[in-house]
Amino acid sequence: MQPAIELRGVTKRFLTPSGGVYTALRELDMTIGVGEFCAVVGPTGCGKSTTLALISGLEPASEGEVDVFNNPVKGIPDGIGYMFQADAVFPWKTVLENVAAGPRYHGLSSRDARDRARDWIARVGLAGFEDRYPYQLSGGMRKRVALAQSLINEPRILLMDEPFSALDVQTRSLMENELLGLWAASSASVVFVTHDLEEAISLSDRVFVITAGPGTVKSNYKVDLPRPRNVAEIRFQPHFIEIYEEIWKDLKDEVLVSYERQKRGAA
Amino acid sequence: MNVRSAAPPRLALSIEAGGREKAETRPLVDLVARRRREHGQRRLKVQGLRLLVAVVVLGGWQLGAQVSDCNSTGHLCVVDKFFWSQPSDIAQKLWTWLTQGTDLGPIWDQVLVTMEETVGGFIVGSVLGVIFGVALGRSRLLADVMGPYIKAANAIPRVVVGALFAISLGLDIKAKIATAAILVFFVVFFNAFQGVREVDRNLVANARILGAHDRQLTTEIIIPSALSWIIASLHTSFGLALVGAVVGELFGATQGLGELIYAAKNNFDAAGVFAGMALLAAIALVAEALITALEDRLIRWRPPVTTETRI
Repeated sequence: MQPAIELRGVTKRFLTPSGGVYTALRELDMTIGVGEFCAVVGPTGCGKSTTLALISGLEPASEGEVDVFNNPVKGIPDGIGYMFQADAVFPWKTVLENVAAGPRYHGLSSRDARDRARDWIARVGLAGFEDRYPYQLSGGMRKRVALAQSLINEPRILLMDEPFSALDVQTRSLMENELLGLWAASSASVVFVTHDLEEAISLSDRVFVITAGPGTVKSNYKVDLPRPRNVAEIRFQPHFIEIYEEIWKDLKDEVLVSYERQKRGAA
Repeated sequence: MNVRSAAPPRLALSIEAGGREKAETRPLVDLVARRRREHGQRRLKVQGLRLLVAVVVLGGWQLGAQVSDCNSTGHLCVVDKFFWSQPSDIAQKLWTWLTQGTDLGPIWDQVLVTMEETVGGFIVGSVLGVIFGVALGRSRLLADVMGPYIKAANAIPRVVVGALFAISLGLDIKAKIATAAILVFFVVFFNAFQGVREVDRNLVANARILGAHDRQLTTEIIIPSALSWIIASLHTSFGLALVGAVVGELFGATQGLGELIYAAKNNFDAAGVFAGMALLAAIALVAEALITALEDRLIRWRPPVTTETRI
């Protein structure tokens, strides 16, 4: 398979405000194929989000190489979409203006951008809400706006940082199914960061397990469940449970390490 | 004004009457009607108390001045009319100004001149404040280089610069606009600067990912985000623009409310000074209402304020 994203021996260090050095990632290798849906799981603070920041070009790597479509990442690569963990829709723009922002930034006229935005708003099920401001929407609806905002640019790579973690369980599986539907209609590669192993397996083709920080890839597992999938029901399949148990054995140790560290840090 | 508070009481009554037919909905309807009634009563109470404060202050002042006899020693002297005037004299003075004009000419001309100076200074000061605030907020280097100078300039009591402007720009409107503008500039500048610094990094990252260039980032993300800060500063800075205009007039002018007050002072005319103050206050209140309207228009995207008391 052709690689869409390649990280080779990537290390990322940050300066802490007190002048120390904090290593978020060390010697990380990861390859994601074109059109592949990958999930990245790991304990809190292991550098999952940092990985996305490196791929998106928002942060440069301290060491190692990051390639997107065989080109080294310098600045934000073309064809990248990014759904942030926190709400990142623009509060002073209406739903329509929010979704139309991407095409407008890419030079489309206001009118054409709006026409395309209307189409995407309908696709994420928000038709009729075009003129609302984000504060007038529920958390789930704001996530739909963010999804439409990212997808309207037709990204070849979609980075998602725990996008649904703030949603209730029902809304969440609805959104997950919709995401899978929209993804299937595109040819985008997805990197989906989550701390929820169930979510990771039910969505993806492959799961990367990251170690407790400084993070590096501990192992990666192929998820050979058939598509199309129904996220709400797939978790009851025996094969799903087998995969879950296998990955969990790996992940559990890292979660424990991270938990012990936090306890010591707090004490 | 609040929409809910303006609901006519008749509406509440008709809902109540309708509620009687459906027994199960009555408690809720009653509750709504009662809340409306209580709300109306509260508003009435606030308005009544406001009026009372005015009556007590102005009445006490008038009464104090009436019973006082300060010209001979040994008599009661609460409020000396000569120094502090009295409300009726001030009203009289305003009436005279309105009907017969002032020593400097028609009163509306004086109001207009001061308004021009104030609004001119307000606009110049806020536009420059926003431009510099955004520029320094966006550029770290510029902020580090200019930081100490701006702090130093801000530390000077800036009204004295008005004297300099009176010398360099002459006695016409330019000097007053400059004085008002320099007072406004720093307030707006610091707010715009801070507003830019407080922009949510997630929103900036999101806009960059979506393809925004630097200029789009500034106009579509940074400025709208800083706008709440900037507009908050406009409330205070209009008052400062008025101060600048009046002080500018004190340094030398032929027209305007500040000059009118200055002339009244030279004639030991306390009523004239107070009458000028009353007019300035009226201008400030009207401007405040206009700025609030502008704020509501520009920041429509903010959730409405839930508290119902506005000062």
